[in-house]
Amino acid sequence: MSVQSASPRVALFVTCLVDLFRPSVGFAAVKLLEDAGCDVSVPKAQTCCGQPAYNSGDMEDARAIAKATIKAFEGYDYIVAPSGSCSGMLMKHYPELFEAGSTWRTRAEAFSDRVHELVSFLTDVLKVESVEAQFPGTLTYHDSCSGLRELGIQAQPRKLLGSVEGLELKEMPDPDVCCGFGGTFCVKYADISNTIVSKKTKAIRASGAGTLAAGDLGCLMNMAGKLKREGSAIQVRHVAEVLAGMTDEPPIGEKRR
Amino acid sequence: MQITSPRFKDNARDALADTQLQRALSNVEHNFIDKRRIVADALPEFEALRDSARDIKNHTLAHMDLYLEEYESKVTASGGHVHWAETAGDACQIILGICREEKARTVTKGKSIVTEEIGLNAFLEENGITPVETDLGEYIIQLRGEAPSHIIAPAVHVNQSQVEEDFRRVHTHLPEGRDLSEPTTLLNEARGVLRQKYFDADVGITGANFLIAETGSSVIVTNEGNGDLTQTLPRVHIVVATLEKVTPTLEDVSQILRVLARSATGQDMSVYTTFSTGPKRAADPDGPEEYHVVILDNGRSGMLGTEYQDMLRCIRCGACMNHCPVYHAIGGHAYGWVYPGPMGAVLTPSLMGIDKAGHLPNASTFCGRCESVCPMRIPLPKMMRHWRTREFERHLQPSAARYGLGLWAFFARRPALYQLATRLAIGVLAMLGARRGRFSSLPMAGGWTRHRDLPAPQGATFQQLWSRREKTRRRNAA
Repeated sequence: MSVQSASPRVALFVTCLVDLFRPSVGFAAVKLLEDAGCDVSVPKAQTCCGQPAYNSGDMEDARAIAKATIKAFEGYDYIVAPSGSCSGMLMKHYPELFEAGSTWRTRAEAFSDRVHELVSFLTDVLKVESVEAQFPGTLTYHDSCSGLRELGIQAQPRKLLGSVEGLELKEMPDPDVCCGFGGTFCVKYADISNTIVSKKTKAIRASGAGTLAAGDLGCLMNMAGKLKREGSAIQVRHVAEVLAGMTDEPPIGEKRR
Repeated sequence: MQITSPRFKDNARDALADTQLQRALSNVEHNFIDKRRIVADALPEFEALRDSARDIKNHTLAHMDLYLEEYESKVTASGGHVHWAETAGDACQIILGICREEKARTVTKGKSIVTEEIGLNAFLEENGITPVETDLGEYIIQLRGEAPSHIIAPAVHVNQSQVEEDFRRVHTHLPEGRDLSEPTTLLNEARGVLRQKYFDADVGITGANFLIAETGSSVIVTNEGNGDLTQTLPRVHIVVATLEKVTPTLEDVSQILRVLARSATGQDMSVYTTFSTGPKRAADPDGPEEYHVVILDNGRSGMLGTEYQDMLRCIRCGACMNHCPVYHAIGGHAYGWVYPGPMGAVLTPSLMGIDKAGHLPNASTFCGRCESVCPMRIPLPKMMRHWRTREFERHLQPSAARYGLGLWAFFARRPALYQLATRLAIGVLAMLGARRGRFSSLPMAGGWTRHRDLPAPQGATFQQLWSRREKTRRRNAA
């Protein structure tokens, strides 16, 4: 792995779900970034990207959260998030919250330009070709929708997973089809969401892999929750944990041994 | 057509429990997607064509008055008549007037989703005129007393044995031993019955995929040829189309046609693409003696100049619903009005009011697959979000959801308070969930745990652990 002479100053956007439910993903992200030569900080004044408000039509709260986030992340070379969905919000939707030509629009655009999703930041910006990690077993990768369709993340995680020692990637049918999470959708339209995630777990099982990985904790909690309810032994992990070789924490939805 | 969108949740529940429908939907999910992918991949300029199709339509929408006027003058010059209808009721009255003048008793119909929008069949029947649908799928659902469940495959929710049952029920001339066990035998039966209907019809009514301003032509795209028979055999041809179908030139239409069938059915072109320009001329051997075009607004002009204008680019290919995980789960009828799937989630509130269609723009995971395949590059999720914003502003969402969101936003806007509150809440939740690592039920989380477990949090929040790590670091460095 290449270590650059002047370490880029990277601020981690933790994401609310990683902060609350799975800090190990945050630490895996920090490890990956530090191994790639970054100087990583975690601004304290962050909460959530504001997507729940934005997608519920509550533009006032979404705008207020966006302003606070933009302020909290000033002065860093890059802002990196271990989530395609939150990165998409920060990169593609923040500018749209503010009127064209306004000061905040300019600030939002300058902010968005510095934001990256974790895995694509490693491969596309830092030019990381491989990681030093081990993972004995088979793994199938789900393409979460926002990362895939808003940010074009598809080859990057597969490339890095391919460099993990002992890991065998086994594709599921239609890895690019939604898992039915959709933020508040999965609660508001629980029955429809259930049908969609049931198709997804069927595809995951069809892959024959022992572990499922993806880049978004929301989708992962949805799929893990369904797999566990179905009694499946397939383990579920965020891709950052696998790439960082930090798989000592129990998989998502499983108890400590 | 009666709107049942307010009952979306009940409609969806019924659809999810309908095993026959679920089987039929799995065909939509696979056939259409694979076919589109193959033809799109085979055409190197496909993406560029999508851009050009979008640009053509954007240009048209910016100058719609001009192109509609030009279209009208060209139709008139070719001996046809143009009628302007502001509402569904106006359109029905105009069509009835033409039929009455003709003393029509039977009317054949082909290729027209817009006549579903204006409820034409029921209206004609009330007025003593028998409408006969001639597209096989439309014919089947007419026999069943249903509405289409898909824009281009109206009977996609029905299986073969149901069709056989319907034919035996309605086609009373059928001998019991008649073989109706294959798609082709069913097709031949429908064809045989419809043949006589074509000859009986006094008036033929079709929709239009495009109205060409340059030539005054209407264009229909079909795979069965029923549209051609509908518009050429009767003495009178009525075209019913909405404002936004107007397209400047033949060349423009040719370009958009290249993305239409590929996006819809995965064909390079549909089997029939038929251009009609006015009534039969003196030297023509066939064709109608009268040619009428009814141009319907029904709320479209109100979308011009608004954040919903992009929706008027839609060419009704159905690709958005073919690729939608929600449509795959519940089918078209659950959406409760003429236009299902992502397109309906934008169009239905635009045309019928968000108060009647509030569920539709909300019942989306925003996975974005619809936008990624839309040949006209309509930003469907963005427009659904616009509708959610309008709803939020008008306080139309359930109060529990608003209250919950408001509470969450209160904390999300105050990082220090947020971190204190989440630290406490997560600590408790982690303790409760530590034994199993997940919850199979939890108060306030019923929407989640009804169908899946909720993974328990690991313990402390990341921010907590990070502060500890930073403190240790500083201590060690000192």
